[in-house]
Amino acid sequence: MTDLSSTSLPDENMTTGRSLFQLAFIRFRRNTAAMAGCVMMLLIALFSYIGPLFSPHAYDQVFSSYVTIPPSLEARPDESALRGAIEGVAGRAKVKLDSFEVSGRSFTATISADAPIDPRATRYFDRANEFRDTKVVTAENEGRILKVAGQLNREYFPFGTDPNGRDLLARVMLGGQISIAVGVLASLVSLGIGVVYGATSGYLGGRVDNIMMRLVEILYSLPFVFLVVVLVVFFGRSFILIFLVIGAVEWLDMARIVRGQTLALKRREFVGAAQALGLSDWQIIRRHIIPNTIGPVIVFVTVVVPKVILLESFLSFLGLGVQAPLTSWGALISEGANNIQSAPWLLIFPSIFFVATLFSLNFIGDGLRDALDPRDR
Amino acid sequence: MIAFVLRRLGSAVPTLFIVVTISFFLMRFAPGGPFNLERPLPPATMENLMRTYQLDQPLWRQYITYLSNAVTGDFGPSYIYKDNTVAELIGKGLPYSIELGFYALLLALVGGVTMGTIAALRQNSVLDFSIMSLATVGTTIPNFVVGPVLTLIFAIMLSLLPAGGWGDGSLSFLILPMIALALPQLAVFARLTRGSMIEALHADHIRTARAYGLPARVVVVTHAMRGAMLPVVSYLAPCAAALMTGSAVVETIFTIPGVGRYFVLGALNRDYTLVMGTVVLIAIFVIVFNLVVDILYGLLDPRVRHD
Repeated sequence: MTDLSSTSLPDENMTTGRSLFQLAFIRFRRNTAAMAGCVMMLLIALFSYIGPLFSPHAYDQVFSSYVTIPPSLEARPDESALRGAIEGVAGRAKVKLDSFEVSGRSFTATISADAPIDPRATRYFDRANEFRDTKVVTAENEGRILKVAGQLNREYFPFGTDPNGRDLLARVMLGGQISIAVGVLASLVSLGIGVVYGATSGYLGGRVDNIMMRLVEILYSLPFVFLVVVLVVFFGRSFILIFLVIGAVEWLDMARIVRGQTLALKRREFVGAAQALGLSDWQIIRRHIIPNTIGPVIVFVTVVVPKVILLESFLSFLGLGVQAPLTSWGALISEGANNIQSAPWLLIFPSIFFVATLFSLNFIGDGLRDALDPRDR
Repeated sequence: MIAFVLRRLGSAVPTLFIVVTISFFLMRFAPGGPFNLERPLPPATMENLMRTYQLDQPLWRQYITYLSNAVTGDFGPSYIYKDNTVAELIGKGLPYSIELGFYALLLALVGGVTMGTIAALRQNSVLDFSIMSLATVGTTIPNFVVGPVLTLIFAIMLSLLPAGGWGDGSLSFLILPMIALALPQLAVFARLTRGSMIEALHADHIRTARAYGLPARVVVVTHAMRGAMLPVVSYLAPCAAALMTGSAVVETIFTIPGVGRYFVLGALNRDYTLVMGTVVLIAIFVIVFNLVVDILYGLLDPRVRHD
């Protein structure tokens, strides 16, 4: 806006003016890192929201035979575990196991006993988690030797399972749904309130600024835990409430930063020019002050998102956020931190997704900053 | 300037009063009380306790009692830390928290601003990319992960530093908790500095300074950095207040006798007087640091005027 070149004669080809946002969009499209961030973010969102439709396991499905197993691309149970399981079954059915073979998803076994075996012994097989649809194929020696065949329950846990025997892959997907929603919405709430509040306070200055900033100091000091508890008592526990509470806390820093920028901006020549043209205070704040604070604002938003996602896990810890069996990345990460030595994958997988999301958001943020900077065309 | 400071200090009194009032009633609206244990106390015991701590009186009378005591510096006895007054608890813990927080702030500020400046000067280079990646990881990994990992590596595996405690207060005890506290803030400072440094380096007065042939170091440190520090300074106030009033997570992991844990423990146990003590504490820190920052604005950017 202080650009002198804008006073030069309009170019013939440029007679149709482009708005600030059209220009920003064009420049954003050209930024490779930012576009890569967008693609990455889209993939993570698809993984979290569409992934559960393709996942064989529900997020709250408990596999009691697979508690805290490490991640593996192999099917569970493996051969030796199956052998152990079938021996256990044979012991319970009081029969002798002669042979046991696994091919793909089905198995055949030969069992024998001194007395004729009741064909209903197959129920012992079905009762174990690993086997189902067990049938007697042939009976020899008056039923003393039975050949049984059935299907295997083989499960894939590429991310391993948690101490309750739930599939971590499904839980990371669910956690992504909740954390992305909380992160994006709460950050937008704090962005909206913080920017408008800070710009207004800084621009109007004087007594208004004094009162508005004292209000920020008061809100800073209120005990957060009680604020949340009282809100939950009044409005009930709801997902929307989490956004509101977190947004209500996180806008304070944003307001201070925007106010600081505004204090310096409002003495600049272009603001003086706008005042001389008779624009109203709100028009100046909206068109001239806020676009010029965009740099620090976007940087700070990329800081708020991880803060918000982790704050949500603190609320969950207090019993006020999302409750088990629902989960979030923040909650998964704090569970993982408790099991860091015994089961590191519980920390690693949610962290990978969390860090990847943050990386792509940062690239998008830097791209937006470059694209929206009004000084740089 | 002196008039401005005095006026601000004057407005701190109503601010503190409002904070105390809202917090007092906010706490009482929350369900639960300090003596609601998992196994309920016998009614007679409960009655005695309530009478001892004057919790049986009407709320407005409790409020007036609290306010008149607080004005004289008496913040009442703690309910969970028996035999301790709130003033004693905070008085004992605060020096540790302030010392640790101060070093953490220094580390975060100096480290963050240096890293951010280097990244801005080498915009879109490999160096820029690696510094910003480090900063992203810093904001992403929470305290409760950084703390145990640091102890695991430096205290248990390498046996270089003590795993926790305050010891004699020497630097070796401070390093790990200091890093755990500073890391997320360092990352924020680095990101804020980089962003505004890039803007500042494109400004007209920097172009002029360069055209005059001033050495690059002078241009960056005295001219560009001065304008670029504005958002960093804005964030300084909440950051300093948060660091110096301690962190429950870091203090628990490194067993530091600071005040940070009282914020969480007090609230979870409904220790009303202790919570009020922490509220007043944080309010004073926020008010003081915001005042300092408002003065700094004027020094950094002469266009900012407080009138």
